[in-house]
Amino acid sequence: MHEFRVTVGPASFRLLSQWARPLDQMRALYADYPTPEIVDYTVRLEATSLLRRFIRPSAAINGDYMLPDAAPLPADQGLLGLEMGMNLQMALGWRRQMILHASAVERDGKALIMTGESGSGKSTLSALLGINGWRFMGDEFALIDPASGEAVPYPRLISLKNEAIAAMQESAQEAKFGPLMKGTPKGDIRHMVPPREAIAKMTERAKPVLLLFPRFGHEGAIRDMPPSETFMRLTQASTNYVALGEAGFEAMTKFVQDVPARAVDYRSGEEAMELVEKLWEELS
Amino acid sequence: MPLFRAEAADALITRPLDAMTLIYQRRSGITHMVAEPIPEILSAMGSEAVTAKLLVARLAKNFDLGPQKQAEAIVADRLQELADLGLVEQVGSPDA
Repeated sequence: MHEFRVTVGPASFRLLSQWARPLDQMRALYADYPTPEIVDYTVRLEATSLLRRFIRPSAAINGDYMLPDAAPLPADQGLLGLEMGMNLQMALGWRRQMILHASAVERDGKALIMTGESGSGKSTLSALLGINGWRFMGDEFALIDPASGEAVPYPRLISLKNEAIAAMQESAQEAKFGPLMKGTPKGDIRHMVPPREAIAKMTERAKPVLLLFPRFGHEGAIRDMPPSETFMRLTQASTNYVALGEAGFEAMTKFVQDVPARAVDYRSGEEAMELVEKLWEELS
Repeated sequence: MPLFRAEAADALITRPLDAMTLIYQRRSGITHMVAEPIPEILSAMGSEAVTAKLLVARLAKNFDLGPQKQAEAIVADRLQELADLGLVEQVGSPDA
């Protein structure tokens, strides 16, 4: 087995693979991240059968936490498999912070959290803001510390999908990108390495002051969201709310009471960034 | 008329949130989102076993409940729902 270790924010991973190539790709993309001595999770990329390692290879994602019915991926999507495996360990196993399925950026020590379903544009928006005056904190999970209410950065590789790939390549020409993977279960995917500052400051927390529910493809609009609706949506967007028990309840309640929430509709990245800047100015 | 008893006060964490109230039940780890009159009913129950009739008498001191019989039927329905959720317990019937 080939091995690569990496620390992303507060979590550390050991990645094992029967193929060298996905780990070489990870090593190149995660070159600026720290290497941990002790790891929280192990993710294994294994051939679905010994023969398949050589004939039309197909990779199964295994690890400390697994979804039994996760479909194997073609081996040339091994990088995606490893990223999915890392996400799975966090979603199912992480207990130190409350996990929100959300992206996050920071400015002046304050965090903007953006949550929404796949396709809402929260990932692309965090990447765009991350190259336009904000510090990128994460595109997939916002980790909220139950004791302090602070957002803990988790700046893994930014996962760009479909149209967002060309858009980000145009906007962030100096950024480092991974291989283009076509025809994955989520369409075309290409990973982007977060800006250098996001990696260097990945232990610097920030206090959440605004929560957005972005929605791509609708005419520009902003709507206030009451705490009760926010609570309901965020419990659905959290992968470990139930597992955290009383600490999760207290953290979530405090979050929705302290952090104003808005639903934001937008039709383009530019429009979204304008709406974000407008809201940010109003609140500060 | 059935008797109901609420969970001990420290068994639940209650947090009002605009139009809704969150109730976290320590024993089950379940979060309930409820609207009025549920928080008012739980608060009026106190620690002893009560009937819908007694609860309506207590609630009437602070709220305009309309006709007595109608209010009792509504409160009895809510108590049964709370019992189904496990937030109150049916502890018998004084008529039995």
